[in-house]
Amino acid sequence: MAMDALNPPRKSGRTGSFFNDPKVRGVMYQAIALFLIALCLYWIISNTVENLHRSNIASGYGFLNGRAGFDVGQSLIAFTSDSKYGRAFIVGLTNTILVAVTGIITATIIGFIVGIGRLSNNWLIAKLSLAYVEFFRNIPPLLVIFFWYYAILSLLPLPRESINLPLDTYLNNQGLLFPKPLAGDGFGLTLIACLVAFALVIGLVLWSKKRQAATGRSLPVLAISIAILIALPALTLILSGMPLTFEVPVAGRFGIRGGSTIGSEFISLFLALSFYTAAFIAEIVRSGIRGVSKGQTEAAHALGIRPRQTTRLVVVPQAMRIIIPPLTSQYLNLMKNSSLAVAVGYADLVAIGGTILNQTGQAIEVVSIWIIVYLSLSLITAAIMNWFNARVSLVER
Amino acid sequence: MAKKIVTALVGATLLGLGAQGASAATLADVKAKGFLQCGVNTGLTGFASPDSAGNWTGFDVDFCKAVAAAVFGDATKVKYTPLSAKERFPAVQSGEVDVLSRNTTWTINRDTALGLNFRPVTYYDGQGFMVRKSLNVKSALELSGAAVCVQTGTTTELNLADYFKTNNLQYNPVVFEKLEEVNSAYDAGRCDVYTTDQSGLYSLRLTLAAPDDHEVLPEIISKEPLGPAVRQGDDQWFDIISWVHYALVNAEDFGITQANVEEMKKSANPDIQRFLGVEADSKIGTDLGLTNDWAVNIIKAVGNYGEVFDRNIGAGSPLKIERGLNALWNKGGLQYAPPVR
Repeated sequence: MAMDALNPPRKSGRTGSFFNDPKVRGVMYQAIALFLIALCLYWIISNTVENLHRSNIASGYGFLNGRAGFDVGQSLIAFTSDSKYGRAFIVGLTNTILVAVTGIITATIIGFIVGIGRLSNNWLIAKLSLAYVEFFRNIPPLLVIFFWYYAILSLLPLPRESINLPLDTYLNNQGLLFPKPLAGDGFGLTLIACLVAFALVIGLVLWSKKRQAATGRSLPVLAISIAILIALPALTLILSGMPLTFEVPVAGRFGIRGGSTIGSEFISLFLALSFYTAAFIAEIVRSGIRGVSKGQTEAAHALGIRPRQTTRLVVVPQAMRIIIPPLTSQYLNLMKNSSLAVAVGYADLVAIGGTILNQTGQAIEVVSIWIIVYLSLSLITAAIMNWFNARVSLVER
Repeated sequence: MAKKIVTALVGATLLGLGAQGASAATLADVKAKGFLQCGVNTGLTGFASPDSAGNWTGFDVDFCKAVAAAVFGDATKVKYTPLSAKERFPAVQSGEVDVLSRNTTWTINRDTALGLNFRPVTYYDGQGFMVRKSLNVKSALELSGAAVCVQTGTTTELNLADYFKTNNLQYNPVVFEKLEEVNSAYDAGRCDVYTTDQSGLYSLRLTLAAPDDHEVLPEIISKEPLGPAVRQGDDQWFDIISWVHYALVNAEDFGITQANVEEMKKSANPDIQRFLGVEADSKIGTDLGLTNDWAVNIIKAVGNYGEVFDRNIGAGSPLKIERGLNALWNKGGLQYAPPVR
């Protein structure tokens, strides 16, 4: 019958072919795809190795133990031309992390200010914030970096005509020079005092939170914290007999020299990344705050909570849930954009890696190191932000 | 950001995938595609730079033209790939360019571990320093404390570190990838000193806002033999590249110029007859895989070594570099070519 032909009985035994089972077929397709990908990878890798071998190019990571032979202008750790290539990579990595972390902090601060500014009732503030966002969001980051770099190079004076700022600080187109602190004997006590002050502040914050939850009374935590953070180390420093001296920049043949220097490359890259990313963060913040229903504010007001506390305790915590996921991707963008440093000569991972690549000719090895490092940095950042997101997200009971 | 990585990645991938066809018969490949792919500088006045019409000119460019003239009898059959210092070696290794003619220093590391071959030295150079006259510096030994602009990935960068270390001088390197970036940073006063090969300094000085405010210091701190490079593993192509340069030098030695090459074919001098391929039963070109009039084609296209030098970087150019070490061996220089026999 027609009906039987269309719907053969499932358990007839004749049709239960192994390959007709959709589940089995699904697994098989995946297995075949996986096999093809593996084959492709194997082909690429073996072909590369073969070709490298055939064109007499040395390969492997042994070159990392070779003497670098070049100097690096900006370095957080000690580095000379006698150091190894591996250490040069670490210098690049720390420089990348430095500009990424400082950039993320500043971009977040500027972004929150501008984002809130866009919601302001003050016409001028709202429009200025809007102009800021539209300007920086719509030009490529490389141009922003060039903009700051050439602004610094052409607006600031030559080193011999440095601008003299208070506290023996000088500004010229080679960078910002300031007195370099030199720790004497007994300075360790002050460092310990700093740690103690820090611990005290954390304790204070936790205690005051608990107290407020229990009694409803709040403390001026910020003011007290700042007082502790400044007073305790300062007092220790004075009591231990001021074991801190400064190496002051002085005028030399090539302008102001000595002390500590922040190079114009770092300054321009840092400013560019901060300003560029802040424009995106501002929009994220604005959308986050807008995303909190107006009823929440009204309910808080109806309960007699003051406007400032409403923002801090009702609106912002809920907005954060919307803000954090896209914020994470902006942080990742900032970190990846930091590799544009090479355009202005800041010694980041890509710039130093490029030098190493050229001096050793180990293109594949250097590129693989770049990829692994950026991948790890991004994954670490994402992990931290995911942890933070989990903390502020809505706990469903 | 990613652009750099992508460029390098593409280079690395090319290395992995592309090298097959590039390994052996470069001459046959070049003839088959109908043009020579030549790696040159991104812009170094006198050596390789595009003019206002987009045509490449310069000392290194003329070498590419000479190779094309030798291979095709036509100096226009060249395509140029402008390469930064960082990009140049992967470009040769991967077969992206057939020959690298980009003021590149011949070193043992590049000749061995990088899989390249160097032989003729087209320009004997050495590293020097340029400073603002207003600094009143008369010797490189007075440079302690200076900020020095340098291009990354060059022998210059390494010599600089060695020189300052040996002489116990402090300095702050400011490193850029592109020559233009180094130029503008130095011009804007980011650095007190500019260092690169001395020929390069003379060339770059012309591009500064006020060339007369800068001077090149007398010290030469390194040996920089500049010459063309090819991949290892193709002896025939390596021979052709080497002999193109030797032909240029021999032509100057014989007094054969772009203007008189046709006349010289009738010369009674057997050396000249052999060199120009007019000797009976000559195999002077066919042994190289070229035609017997290959040297004639080169000279017709670009002239002899002296003419190439004068036109691009010597007395006949704005650079006005002295022949110095690059004079012929019998005139006090180092340019010496093996005999054509």
